Amino acid sequence: METGRNTHPTILEMRSITKEFPGVKALDTVSLTVKAREIHAICGENGAGKSTLMNVLSGVYPFGTYDGDIVYEGTVVRFRDIKQSEAAGIVIIHQELALIPELSITENIFLGNEPGRHGVINWVEAQRRAIELLARVGLDDDPDTQVKNIGVGKQQLVEIAKALNKNVKLLILDEPTAALNESDSQHLLDLILGLKGKGISSIMISHKLNEIEQIADQITIIRDGKSIETLDVKADGVDEDRIIRGMVGRTLGNRFPEHTATIGEVFFEVRNWTVQHPLTTERLVVKNSSFTVRRGEVVGLAGLMGAGRTELAMSIFGRSYGKFISGQVFKDGEEIKLRTVAEAIGHGIAYVSEDRKSLGLNLLDTIKRSVVSAKLSKISRGSVVNDTAEAQVSEEYRKSLRIKTPTVEEGVTKLSGGNQQKVVLAKWMFTDPDLLILDEPTRGIDVGAKAEIYQIIRDLAAQGKGIIMISSELPELLGVSDRIYTIFEGKITNELLVAQADPETLMRSMTSSSQKVVA
Amino acid sequence: MSAPETDRSSGFQIRDLKKLFGGGGSLKQFGILGALVVIIIIFQVWTGGKTLQPGNIINIVQQYSYILILAIGMVMVIIAGHIDLSVGSVAAFTGIIVALAMKDWNFPWWAAIILGLVVGGLIGAWQGFWVAYVGVPAFIVTLAGMLIWRGGNQFIGDSATVPVDTGFQVIGKGYLPEFGPNFGVNNATMLLGIFVVLVLIGLEMRGRRTRKVMGASAAPVWISVLRVVILGGVVLVAAYLFATGRVGTSFPVSGIILAVLVVAYSFLTNKTTIGRHIYAVGGNKHAAELSGVNSKRVNFFVMMNMSVLAALAGMIFVARSQASGPFDGTGWELDAIAAVFIGGAAVSGGIGTVAGSIIGGLVMAVLSNGLALKGIQSDLVQIIKGLVLLIAVGVDVFNKSQGRPSIIGLMTRNRSGQGPTDDAISAQVTPGGGTPDTAVPADLPR
Repeated sequence: METGRNTHPTILEMRSITKEFPGVKALDTVSLTVKAREIHAICGENGAGKSTLMNVLSGVYPFGTYDGDIVYEGTVVRFRDIKQSEAAGIVIIHQELALIPELSITENIFLGNEPGRHGVINWVEAQRRAIELLARVGLDDDPDTQVKNIGVGKQQLVEIAKALNKNVKLLILDEPTAALNESDSQHLLDLILGLKGKGISSIMISHKLNEIEQIADQITIIRDGKSIETLDVKADGVDEDRIIRGMVGRTLGNRFPEHTATIGEVFFEVRNWTVQHPLTTERLVVKNSSFTVRRGEVVGLAGLMGAGRTELAMSIFGRSYGKFISGQVFKDGEEIKLRTVAEAIGHGIAYVSEDRKSLGLNLLDTIKRSVVSAKLSKISRGSVVNDTAEAQVSEEYRKSLRIKTPTVEEGVTKLSGGNQQKVVLAKWMFTDPDLLILDEPTRGIDVGAKAEIYQIIRDLAAQGKGIIMISSELPELLGVSDRIYTIFEGKITNELLVAQADPETLMRSMTSSSQKVVA
Repeated sequence: MSAPETDRSSGFQIRDLKKLFGGGGSLKQFGILGALVVIIIIFQVWTGGKTLQPGNIINIVQQYSYILILAIGMVMVIIAGHIDLSVGSVAAFTGIIVALAMKDWNFPWWAAIILGLVVGGLIGAWQGFWVAYVGVPAFIVTLAGMLIWRGGNQFIGDSATVPVDTGFQVIGKGYLPEFGPNFGVNNATMLLGIFVVLVLIGLEMRGRRTRKVMGASAAPVWISVLRVVILGGVVLVAAYLFATGRVGTSFPVSGIILAVLVVAYSFLTNKTTIGRHIYAVGGNKHAAELSGVNSKRVNFFVMMNMSVLAALAGMIFVARSQASGPFDGTGWELDAIAAVFIGGAAVSGGIGTVAGSIIGGLVMAVLSNGLALKGIQSDLVQIIKGLVLLIAVGVDVFNKSQGRPSIIGLMTRNRSGQGPTDDAISAQVTPGGGTPDTAVPADLPR
């Protein structure tokens, strides 16, 4: 490891942490060393294991559910829950803020930590300390204000004030600026730097490489659940390109199906698509985006979490997300209206959601009921469902997609992630779509199942269907797609044929809006 | 996750018993059916044979048919993830309108029944509108309805009791007619029993045939035979009991109405698209919507349907008590809801069956009836009913948390895997206002 200039003592050392979930090795002997008065960034693609690592550190996954040692301030610690890690001064601030909107700033800061005696809260003391803490994070709002009435940027500061109240020594920030605008982000970054000056170390997970370059002292890169390298920003002269190389640098194996695409004419087109956030009226999550899909083509949509890729897809699929502002959809040369999901399905569009369990499946259902659920009318006469046809259809998909289950009567919860995903794919293949939008189709499933899913995708394309594959895993985009769009902050920033694309170029377009890349 | 399959064609295996009822479906029903049988036997012994006397079982059917009719609607409401507290008041409101229609406006009894159903439909449309299209939780809408329709009953009827025609009374007090030669039994009831047995045999054969067509493994033949013999035997014994009551009594008309509704709604919930949609919306509303299900229409339908059934229940009650009164239907919602949960439905929605709810309702009915036969005071009866509800659902929850479907599942544990509970609960966490891109590692935490 490089010798940094930081001569402060080591505050945290995570030694060969391994964490397994059923069927997936999320972390594989990951090591991380953080010194006092240091801002340590963790970089990696979605699903690389960053959040899992932080959950191990903060006790969300308690001691005993992982292998390896955590040495904190010189002693091996074994946190059983978040309470214990917080007591030790490790506070994690999640991307999704954990504030109660209906409570005031003061109430939120002291929630679970109320000053007072025998359960009676000393509000005078709380108020006094709240004002003090708010001053430290540079917030001059009335501490009686309800949290829902202050912006996201200020809410983030309240989270930090809450952490400071717990005598934080090591602050973990998971994508702290993901929801913030530029000036709020800058303020937050300055605050983190200021805290460092006062002896508080931070671990920061972020996709915004420019921010990392700006404030981080050390960067640890995690890829596929392994810690790849630790870079000293100043000593090594690290820039964005260097980080990107670390994040994506891996050999493309033959995990991807051999294919020769026979690509037809453009049959699906979206023009100037703009969508507003469902709650925040001033926030546009998709901005003026246009793209096309050809028959028999797999179009990759590359974007990091929060870039607006899911929002784009779901808003096209029957306006399932956000508020439609403007845009047109054309299919086979004619403009079509997709105001409801039923209309979208009727026009031959299918959307396989990113979140299988909460959006893709009814977990109380059996496999056979799930398979037919998006187009019951196909196996019904009048409105009576034909059980026999249902069983036959699902049996066919069980065989053709090789869903591993004793029978199709089995509940979908009994299946592994990969097989559940096959059920979802079967469900949408059953609707006879012309266009399939696949949102992170291989998230959370093991390598073997991934390869099978890739093959299914290529087979569907070979049948002349158009496919949009949303993914943040660049190797799979490069291995499966024919053409790739990149999306950043709701805008389509680049379009590349797969032959012209490489991971560095894509990652650059996924992390900045400037179209400096020459295609 | 499931244990390796063993040779299933040879010999008697206790797990085959699971196929006796439910046929691979809800095992909870089986457990609660067992509980019903046990309760009947206990009371039969304890009351010295009074429980299964013809007069008493006829009485049970007449007295609880309207609660069971409510349970049919209620289970659909609960599967969809809602609740309806207004059913007793809706029943009372319909009852007074129907009674006045016949008394003051000279409606014939059949027109009055149609009017009652229309009134129920309108009330249901009103409540369904608030639940489905405005988005007010059904708990609130129907709590308001409970007040509104109760007050409506007392306002329209001037808090008085209004008698109804004898023609109308048939739906609550009537029996199957006597005809043909006198064998000392009610011929109509016996014929009905034989007809039901024939239908059972037909269904069993058809079921075996379809399973063969689908290439699925059917249960052993002896299971089919045993099932038909047991069910057919129960039906025939019941028919004989109903047919040999006091002269002039037989199987009640309200029981016929109930039976027709049970068959119709079992079909609706199991075999039709709207039935599937109800389960889909209750099981995972977001996934259902992303599959093209119009969840608003589904919610509207279940709420409206419930009020129509409540209106029918109200009319049967009025017919039986020969008059509509200001306090009709008080507390019915609680009996109906209790029946549904004893019958295995889940508070969080998505789970429940019509048949299970009927069995749950019968458990409560036999229990109340038996305790009354023993002369137990009504205050104690209430306490016991409350405890039974709590224990029944508590056992269910405990079994689920242990990954077992039921008591029977416990006996045959080696084969069954884990229940859907944990995943089902985590699936209830909806993305809410957050962006759909949020970092839920889809497959990781279990």
